[in-house]
Amino acid sequence: MGILEVKDVSKRFGGLKALSDVNLSVEEGTVHAIIGPNGAGKSTLLNCFVGKLIPDTGSVMFEGHSLLGIKPHQINQLGVSRVFQTPEIFSELTVFENVMIACFAKRDGSFRLQPFKTVENETDIVEKAEQMLVDVSMIEKRDMHSASLSRGDKRRLEMAMCLAQDPKLLLLDEPTAGMARADTNNTIELLKDIQKQRGITMAIIEHDMHVVFSLADRITVLAQGTPIVEDVPEKIKGHPKVQEAYLGTAH
Amino acid sequence: MKILGLNEKDSRFLLIVIFLTLATPVLLQPFPEGSGMAQFNAGYPDLMQRFAIFGIFAIGFNILFGLTGYLSFGHAAFLGIGSYAVVWMYKLLDYNVIWGLPLAVVVSGIVALGIGFISLRRSGIYFSILTLAFAQMMFVISYSDLFGRFVGTTITNGETGLQVYGNDPQVLLGATEPSSPHFFGIVMRENFWTPQFGDWQFTFNNGYYFCAVIAILAFYLSLRIFRSPFGLMLRAIKTNQNRLNYTGVHSRPYTLAAFVISGMYAGLAGGLLAAMDPLAGAERMQWTESGTVVLMTILGGAGTLMGPVLGAGFIKYFENIFSKINDNVLHQWFAWMPDGLEDAIVWVLHFFVGKGWHLTLGVLFMLVVIFLPGGLVEGGTRIWRFIRGTDRKEKTADATHQPEHVAYVAEKEEF
Repeated sequence: MGILEVKDVSKRFGGLKALSDVNLSVEEGTVHAIIGPNGAGKSTLLNCFVGKLIPDTGSVMFEGHSLLGIKPHQINQLGVSRVFQTPEIFSELTVFENVMIACFAKRDGSFRLQPFKTVENETDIVEKAEQMLVDVSMIEKRDMHSASLSRGDKRRLEMAMCLAQDPKLLLLDEPTAGMARADTNNTIELLKDIQKQRGITMAIIEHDMHVVFSLADRITVLAQGTPIVEDVPEKIKGHPKVQEAYLGTAH
Repeated sequence: MKILGLNEKDSRFLLIVIFLTLATPVLLQPFPEGSGMAQFNAGYPDLMQRFAIFGIFAIGFNILFGLTGYLSFGHAAFLGIGSYAVVWMYKLLDYNVIWGLPLAVVVSGIVALGIGFISLRRSGIYFSILTLAFAQMMFVISYSDLFGRFVGTTITNGETGLQVYGNDPQVLLGATEPSSPHFFGIVMRENFWTPQFGDWQFTFNNGYYFCAVIAILAFYLSLRIFRSPFGLMLRAIKTNQNRLNYTGVHSRPYTLAAFVISGMYAGLAGGLLAAMDPLAGAERMQWTESGTVVLMTILGGAGTLMGPVLGAGFIKYFENIFSKINDNVLHQWFAWMPDGLEDAIVWVLHFFVGKGWHLTLGVLFMLVVIFLPGGLVEGGTRIWRFIRGTDRKEKTADATHQPEHVAYVAEKEEF
């Protein structure tokens, strides 16, 4: 049994069959990549994990809880954190405040009214947030406005926010999309470090092969809404079906 | 020095605010009586009470709008509810404001809970429209005394407005009790000290100091909210509600709490209006009044601590002082000019003073929004920096005290 079990998931948008009979199992402690050409249904599939879309048929189970029909904040509280394609951070707040919000959400749950406490006196939160910034080597940018960070640093900050919550499963939606090569490599190193130190289970949606092959333990290839192959990276590389999906059939 | 659980910087800030509030009767009376500038003095009780009361109204509104970015266009409804609650306590019990004010806060809190629960299902412009619709309904209900007609007795007394009559029960009224609003015998409209220093005349009024103490408490409470985890979450809602939801926080109870708190502030302000002058009328609930508090907050600086208070003071000052300048006064000012020029200038300025003070306010508001999106507070900060010659880049270093300007009505993803 994997930590995330996807069974017979199908989703239609009008006449378009975005997903048909997707079966997928993400094993605990592994990095599972979902790849595929544009329009293969990768993002639709991810949206079914985070409470944004409800599939027409099938089930998505996380540690025995169904993720269908519950709100994003409830999914997060179950232990699923998400990294967005373009880094989503609280850009008007400081780097430190960004991380503290994640720490508060982890400690206090989805809602707790505490208007008479003072943020800077919550020593456990302050210490944890500082530790997280040290971990992603951003502590010297602690008091910067996060809007003024570089793209790569925004990604680091977003990762710090996710890690502050000790997630059981980390969902990454094209974590290196639109990044320069150097930033991409930095992000890969960061993800590798995280994986090595914490052993967090990750599910990555990606179409950059370089990223996928340097990170993933297991790869599922999606084409036209259906998984066509699932295997270890070495076997995926030369697989005829994958080449066909990416390059089309030879004339 | 640290006081009341605040850090050093905030403690100093609070002490300055307390000093300014308590010294208002002196500070607003800078010109000697009888001089040409005396009409710019604002240190008379009625106006100072309004500064404090609308300051409270704007401080509360800022907790919702300044922190979460949700722009309510219906806060005047709570102002009216507060006033009605207080006048009803005068009618039923006695003129002591101790009964009415807590009731005003509680009742407006309950109504805010209902309106907020429904309106907060939408964000952005749709939220604003919903709150406006609710406030207009409340206005019509009070203006026509719909509830009163329904239950067979008067509740708001319609367009006449609610006031105390001789045949009201007033069951707690003692034989020696003052026959106007008071706080355990301290009569609001009486002055406790009217010193005269040369040509300078100062008025220390009971009602103003009553409002001032409550305003300081209200300010302290909002300062605590700004610095609390709750305040942090509200600011997070303003910048990126989507991320907050994916970070495991349910944003709606937070926005609802902010809405209820700001509704209670507005109810308190409305109650104080009736505590200074024992009347309550439906016109207090009109949408223009809701618009005024929006103007106050933006003019002063939304999301800053002092901004709304400054904005409230500014607008009330304009409303009361600028509107009193008429053509005769203008002619006096420009009498030194050649006649033709004098007439021409007076003719132009005529449109901006007296009843035309709204025009001046409008121009000022446009200038502030275009050139100082952070409001008067940003203007003050810039001047301060200019005087000290500090580099502007330092601004990024202190986001807590000088938050950057954010678009007010941003449509956010719905959940």
